[in-house]
Amino acid sequence: MSTIEAPRTPVAAPRNKRGINWEKWGWIYMRASGVVLVVLIFGHLFVNVFAGEGVKAIDFAFVAGKWADPFWVAWDTLLLWLALIHGSNGMRTIINDYAGAGLVRRILLISLATSTAVLLVLGTLVIYTLDPCPAGTAANLLPSFCPVK
Amino acid sequence: MPEQSAGALVDAIPRPPRIGSSKRPAGTLYRGREGMWSWVLHRITGVAIFFFLLVHILDTALVRISPEAYNAVIGTYKTPIMGLGEIALVAAIGLHALNGIRIILIDFWSVGTRHQKLMFWIAIGLWVVLLIGFIPRQLVHIFGGGA
Repeated sequence: MSTIEAPRTPVAAPRNKRGINWEKWGWIYMRASGVVLVVLIFGHLFVNVFAGEGVKAIDFAFVAGKWADPFWVAWDTLLLWLALIHGSNGMRTIINDYAGAGLVRRILLISLATSTAVLLVLGTLVIYTLDPCPAGTAANLLPSFCPVK
Repeated sequence: MPEQSAGALVDAIPRPPRIGSSKRPAGTLYRGREGMWSWVLHRITGVAIFFFLLVHILDTALVRISPEAYNAVIGTYKTPIMGLGEIALVAAIGLHALNGIRIILIDFWSVGTRHQKLMFWIAIGLWVVLLIGFIPRQLVHIFGGGA
């Protein structure tokens, strides 16, 4: 019986026998985060596009009103981190499957890591530094709890 | 004679059967059934959701620029074409989520692998139920009166 070479033989790094098995933890992460994301995303979709007037109710006042509640701040922070890392690890798998071992693969992986890091920082800053009542904005665009100026 | 040996060599090579013939060997192309197609759908929906997520983080970040900037961009999500796009998005997320649960059951449930084909069709069934629940409501939101 002839032997078939292991998948990704030209690309795969030599297996590190000691230390952390990152591929194993990535595999576990996809499943653990996947279960949580089912709850987080369907909750997000239910509140934002199913309940009430649906997508037509979404505006600045809707988002700022949601983030005045620590519950939704925690929900959306968790959603941002779990979903983007889940998605970017999935894209990493696809790049490793289809791109060769050369420069293209390196460029794709570096772009993926960079865009993921930038969006995680950006998204987190947006959630935690939002002023729900910016000065000089018409009151009808703001959440109802903003003081009338 | 060289011609003779060359002729004998050609005769020794079997002619490839006609394409579509039942005698044609499958070759090296993998032709899976439910298992393969669930994998294909998982990849396609995963990539689509990933790129939506990139855009969605950026459009939400506009709340930090100004209420007017955010409202102008989110307004484009309320048009009929984007309303249909949201149906496609929910369909993609629903399929990825349900098939993802199937994958987890295959990996961790002792008899999961044995039932993977049945679980694929259960996932498709639940997905249809999800869309039957969502699509009419979304159509009312998008094409109904108001706003």
